[in-house]
Amino acid sequence: MSMRKVAVVGVGNSKFGSRQDVNLGELAFEAVKPAYEDAGITGKDIPFVALGSAGGWYEETLPAVVTAEYCGLTGAGLVHCEAACASGSAAFATAYLDVASGHNDVAIAIGLEKMREVDGPTILELIGRAGYYFWEFHNFGITFPAYYALHATAHMAKYGTTQEDLALVSVKNHKYAAMNPVAHFQKEITVEDALKAAVIAWPLKLYDCCPITDGAAAVILASEEKVKEFKIDTPVWVAGLGYASGTANLTNRESFVGLTAARAAANRAFKEAGVTPDDIEVATAHDCFTIAEIMAYEDIGFCKKGEGAKLIREGQTEIGGKIPVNVDGGLKAKGHPIGATGCSMIYELTRQLREQAQKRQRQVPLKKYLALAHNVGGTGHYGYVTILRR
Amino acid sequence: MATPLPTLRSRPLTLTYEIPISKTNKFWSGIKEGKIYTTKCKKCGKLSFPPVADCPVCLSSDPEWVELSNEAEVETFTHVAVLPATFQKYEPYTIAIGKLKEGVRVLAWLKDVKLENTKVGMKVKLQPKVTSEGMLTLEFLPI
Repeated sequence: MSMRKVAVVGVGNSKFGSRQDVNLGELAFEAVKPAYEDAGITGKDIPFVALGSAGGWYEETLPAVVTAEYCGLTGAGLVHCEAACASGSAAFATAYLDVASGHNDVAIAIGLEKMREVDGPTILELIGRAGYYFWEFHNFGITFPAYYALHATAHMAKYGTTQEDLALVSVKNHKYAAMNPVAHFQKEITVEDALKAAVIAWPLKLYDCCPITDGAAAVILASEEKVKEFKIDTPVWVAGLGYASGTANLTNRESFVGLTAARAAANRAFKEAGVTPDDIEVATAHDCFTIAEIMAYEDIGFCKKGEGAKLIREGQTEIGGKIPVNVDGGLKAKGHPIGATGCSMIYELTRQLREQAQKRQRQVPLKKYLALAHNVGGTGHYGYVTILRR
Repeated sequence: MATPLPTLRSRPLTLTYEIPISKTNKFWSGIKEGKIYTTKCKKCGKLSFPPVADCPVCLSSDPEWVELSNEAEVETFTHVAVLPATFQKYEPYTIAIGKLKEGVRVLAWLKDVKLENTKVGMKVKLQPKVTSEGMLTLEFLPI
């Protein structure tokens, strides 16, 4: 491949949560300005903008133009990327390719979602339609928790994964969110809390599901020459990138115990980076629901198929374990502003690789300085995996 | 409780889409006759469900309509307790994915089985149905 080396040179992340205090542009600004400051540049230095947002639940139809104007990026090449819950990764990939190809030397990816301007049943409806409306929502009212619940039921039946195993994922992610200043939730929970909680879509209960969150994250990418010109002291290089897709109809998938698109994306990213799952020292995985994190362990290759529950039971995905996963709180407890998540994963991993994780207790000890982001759009409709190396 | 922050309420908009079904109408009209039809590609033989007018494998646009059996096995299921906006008037419902003996899978509500008695691997029948609201749909029922 005749691609240039590309580095992450600036990152920003808004506070995630219920953000009634800001509108769409103001929320994006909270991520974009810190990213400029982190890179030591301004919007005038950035010729290309990719904005990831699924949209449909806020008032603006063209979020990219609103954001670009509000953040001082008007004039740059501009695109709005949609890959459902992986829209942020789609924007990151688009910005990366713009720089890697040599078309531009600097680009910014912005992930943005404002989800709490509509009521709860409406947001559940709009996300539920994010599969195949015609065949799966129209008559059957499937919700997003229900889509993942279908996977949980299948995984439990085939591999003996239990509701307690799912609860352990939630307990771990709440624990780390409580140490992450940008996280939506700031409190720990117990296995008992999780098991006692109300059913949302059986077998998934309240604490198996990510919250409805507002948030933004931004990532500035630059070529090797620009890294020198901007005097970036700790560039984080994009070592590998993979993306793939799955069928719109869930019924046309090969199975319900894993996500083929995520597996294919991971294989591609590992091949490109020339590393294996064993080399990764910290990862963010797409835990929109607890079962999704267990399937992610298996799809990435941190364990064999069917052994995801064993990994969480043994504490192997905590700091100090074999492979710490979602030590930022994950989608589950940091929150999942749909289009922001992909860029927020890059924010977290960049900070980890620079050994700047906040709070300090969340810093993963590193030797190889290799990190992986696994971001899924829809129910395995889109898969994006990114490998970063300091 | 903190005082809610000020907001500006947008103009309301109700959206309804008219979705074309001319190319899959045999499926929808079949439901009214109590039958489940789907498409099979005349060129490559691929049996599809849901039915498709155009074959994604060989790109032929000449399918034949075939009738499916109603014999299915539950591959997975969930019970939806928190309902989306346009389903608020319904009671919580069970959604199952069943594999028909022809090999295609169908997603539909599973009726008349308690959650505690619903199991992966159970045999069910797939029934066409015109609902009391006039909606054309399919449902799984216990045998």
